[in-house]
Amino acid sequence: MFEGRDPIYHQIAEAIRGEVLSGALEEEDQVMSTTQYATTYRINPATAAKAFAQLVDEGVLYKRRGVGMFVAPGAAERLRAERRQAFFAEWLDPVIREARLLGLSITDLTDYLTTHADSTPAATTDTEEGR
Amino acid sequence: MTGYAVHTEALGLSYGRTPALTAITLDLAPGRIHGLLGRNGAGKTTLMSVLASLRRASEGTVRVDGQDPFENEPVMENVCLIRESGDLLTDEKLTTNLNFLEGARPRFDRAYAESLMEDFRLNPRKKPQALSRGQSSAFGAIVGLASRAPLTMFDEVHLGMDAPSRQRFYDELLREFAEHPRTIVLSSHLISEIEHMLETVTILHEGRLLLSGEADDLHSRGATLTGPTAVVDRHVAGLQVVGTRDLGPTRQATVFGELDESALAAATSEGLQVGAVPLQDLFIHLTDTQTEEVS
Repeated sequence: MFEGRDPIYHQIAEAIRGEVLSGALEEEDQVMSTTQYATTYRINPATAAKAFAQLVDEGVLYKRRGVGMFVAPGAAERLRAERRQAFFAEWLDPVIREARLLGLSITDLTDYLTTHADSTPAATTDTEEGR
Repeated sequence: MTGYAVHTEALGLSYGRTPALTAITLDLAPGRIHGLLGRNGAGKTTLMSVLASLRRASEGTVRVDGQDPFENEPVMENVCLIRESGDLLTDEKLTTNLNFLEGARPRFDRAYAESLMEDFRLNPRKKPQALSRGQSSAFGAIVGLASRAPLTMFDEVHLGMDAPSRQRFYDELLREFAEHPRTIVLSSHLISEIEHMLETVTILHEGRLLLSGEADDLHSRGATLTGPTAVVDRHVAGLQVVGTRDLGPTRQATVFGELDESALAAATSEGLQVGAVPLQDLFIHLTDTQTEEVS
């Protein structure tokens, strides 16, 4: 955990987004408190709080005063819509570039996609403890 | 209570003719966990002793919660420095020590101290001199936690503890800090263990302030690039490379300095793995270079 160069709160926020997208965290599920986050991952509570604040701004989480943080209604759908917009530029453009370098044609790529789409398992996240 | 702010300006202290601290200008914001790092003899303990008013600065200003801490009782009773030596009544039982602390520390939570002593399996009837090194470190840590002082400083307190006890101490510190926020200063050589708990990092070197800043900013001061040797070499050309490791055709280069984020993005798009430089590596690099420059 936390091997990347991004600030840790970015990495925590991204892990929670991943869990919301994968369904490990569902709408209205409570997420761990900042204290639980801090002791589980041995990070500063302020770092966890920063990640939560960012997710509240994005509408992924909302706060129930005195109770804790919960996954906002429609959070997964909103995240999915945002990621769909970025998907082609972020994921497929590099694939096309690399394929060109390797002398693979677009037909090779589409053939691969059609034959392999059904046999590839759905993505899972590393952290299942966010509940 | 959110803790005491610490401010020093041009702070200097000499032991006789030997300068221990020179021109330290430092701000530690209240209610955060600060890391104080430095090699042996860098001046960490001296600095913390000044903040705890155990020593008086020879030069400059020191402000704790806006006041000069030296012989200032209202400040002193709310500033807790835990040193490895313990600062205890050595021939009184631990429980007598707790009585004493209860009187000396306005926010001391005795029930909490006793429950921690159970967790760390410390017998309250024992005297400090009868404790093992690990046990007296644990007792020191407990005193620091239960005193709930608005400025609490742990000076290498966990060095005597074994790994499981240290982890318990870190967990307890984080939980305590979340529930009772205050200003905490952690000084340790075990940098990798405390790295992610720190919000700011201050490095002393040979009595001077080498750097003080947000832990997140330090992260962006360096990077590791891993991938095929030729590709790595191309991307680190012109950068300050402080170390390389080779494993067959794969090379990992560690670079420091102001890094161009777009250059790093280019490295990623060419298949290189860009990782964070551990604080420990950054620390070793910074304090090593400084020695070379001085000598």
